[in-house]
Amino acid sequence: MARIEVRKTYKLYVGGAFPRSESGRSYEVADTKGRFLANAALASRKDARDAVVAARKAQPGWAGATAYNRGQVLYRVAEVMEGRRAQFAEDVQRAEGLTTRRAEGAVDAAIDRWVWYAGWSDKLAQVLGGTNPVAGPYFNFSIPEPTGVVAAIAPQDSSLLGLVSVLAPAVVSGNTCVLLAAEERPLPAITLSEVLATSDVPGGVVNILTGRVAEVAPWLASHMDVNALDLAGVDDTALRRELEIAAADNVKRVRRAGHVDWSADPGLERVRCFLETKTVWHPIGV
Amino acid sequence: MTPSPASVVADPAGLADVTRSDAALRRFLHGLPGVDQVGADARAAALSTRSIKTTAKAFAIDLAVRMIDLTTLEGADTPGKVRSLCAKARRPDPHDASVPATAAVCVYNDLVGLAKAELGGSGVKVAAVSTAFPSGRASLAVKLADTRDAVTQGADEIDMVIDRGAFLSGRYLEVLEEIAAVKQVCSEGGADAHLKVILETGELATYDNVRRASWLAMMAGADFIKTSTGKISPAATLPVTLVMLEACRDWRDATGAMVGMKPAGGIRTTKDAMRYLVLVNETVGTDWLTPDWFRLGASSLLNDLLLQRQRMSTGRYSGPDYVTVD
Repeated sequence: MARIEVRKTYKLYVGGAFPRSESGRSYEVADTKGRFLANAALASRKDARDAVVAARKAQPGWAGATAYNRGQVLYRVAEVMEGRRAQFAEDVQRAEGLTTRRAEGAVDAAIDRWVWYAGWSDKLAQVLGGTNPVAGPYFNFSIPEPTGVVAAIAPQDSSLLGLVSVLAPAVVSGNTCVLLAAEERPLPAITLSEVLATSDVPGGVVNILTGRVAEVAPWLASHMDVNALDLAGVDDTALRRELEIAAADNVKRVRRAGHVDWSADPGLERVRCFLETKTVWHPIGV
Repeated sequence: MTPSPASVVADPAGLADVTRSDAALRRFLHGLPGVDQVGADARAAALSTRSIKTTAKAFAIDLAVRMIDLTTLEGADTPGKVRSLCAKARRPDPHDASVPATAAVCVYNDLVGLAKAELGGSGVKVAAVSTAFPSGRASLAVKLADTRDAVTQGADEIDMVIDRGAFLSGRYLEVLEEIAAVKQVCSEGGADAHLKVILETGELATYDNVRRASWLAMMAGADFIKTSTGKISPAATLPVTLVMLEACRDWRDATGAMVGMKPAGGIRTTKDAMRYLVLVNETVGTDWLTPDWFRLGASSLLNDLLLQRQRMSTGRYSGPDYVTVD
């Protein structure tokens, strides 16, 4: 007897749950040859708002966890990704039209990238902060602290490696993130959200939306409760300019878009982008 | 055939007759028609699906702000906290002068004088919770002294709690006389404090009891009936508010007099507030859609209303950085 096909509903990932879009809309996702792959949820501005609320709620707890604990949790994500390697490879292959071997290579690179960033969680303070020399009976420390809620537009070209390279550096330091997946290639991001939900990442730390950049990004850019904006996936220069202007209203940190080779060594630049440095004076003795 | 509740209370002699003894009062209250619990829940749930958008939403937000009794009832209340609460009640959004003031601030008795001085001639009223709030477990003499204290300090409104112990054990007359005695104190010495009677519906167990307590409070001379102290969960709910609003409606049909309604506790979001406004509009009509006859007892609700208002006026989402930390 023929088995009835079990089709998957691709949904958003907000606050640790998988809601459909509040608007009830969806859009067709096709592979590089234009063949239908799936219907993905088409996020509205209210989904973006809900995601920001979830991210804000989760932020103090995530930033308050010890750096060691955050590193462990993020490493756990890589472990679960490894277990889903085949699924990721298929997603990436269909989304980007790669050969099997190259798709697997991209997935391996993404998992390795995640592990690499996870390892940085308890080393950032040593490298990016420090003890400053002063001429007086004081200690003077500079301590990196997370910026808060980061809204990121994931790269449009690299659906998994690019996504991981934007997401991991934002959350490793204690930020929480609202991420808008690549518009035409959202399926690897949705699979990643399933990984995040089943590893130990607290709900709301990462929120993944699928939908139109031109529709959702302006609401994230102008949102007064978002602290930083990563424009990695905004290819349209006019929209990019508009988003930068909207982001200036509450002085968000904005990381501008630009061509990036996602397979290259990323360095700490993206981590540093979403950190605030707190410098404190502390008297010696007394 | 027994006369209908409406015809009994419509006639002063009839009212005097049923309040003559505990037994007569019990007969009357238990003769009130029972509440269809499933029906009340379903009606409240159906009304809460109404969608209020754009200009109607803007109107409703401002109306809700004007209806708020901005409340702080903590053991840790300080004069500083009450001062900042009063400042917020007068001008909820410092960046936007077009936001109306709230209806009142609601504080414990000992802070009434302070609140009164802060609010001055701003038109924002001061409500005091009296009669051994929130439990109501004190002798009548203490409750009356408590009320007198608030009234002499200049409280415009008194929020009293009923004795739920007496109500639940069926001593209705005692509850009625207590409310009437407190009402008396509210107008002592030329004062004219409005009396809000808190039923604490979370402790009344059934909607039938809520209806009886509502009628009892109105028969005793309440100016307002109020759901809860906010110290008990569940506090205000939509179905309970529906039952109480129906009592207000029936009371006006019978006597021609309006009694106000105040749900309190657990109303935190703009969406919640809209649902209450819809409920009022659909149950008792637009006559009650003013701060004179409907209030919302809340504290964090105001911030959410302000965030929504900012969103509507600026076209972008606002955040908790742009309202007060309470």
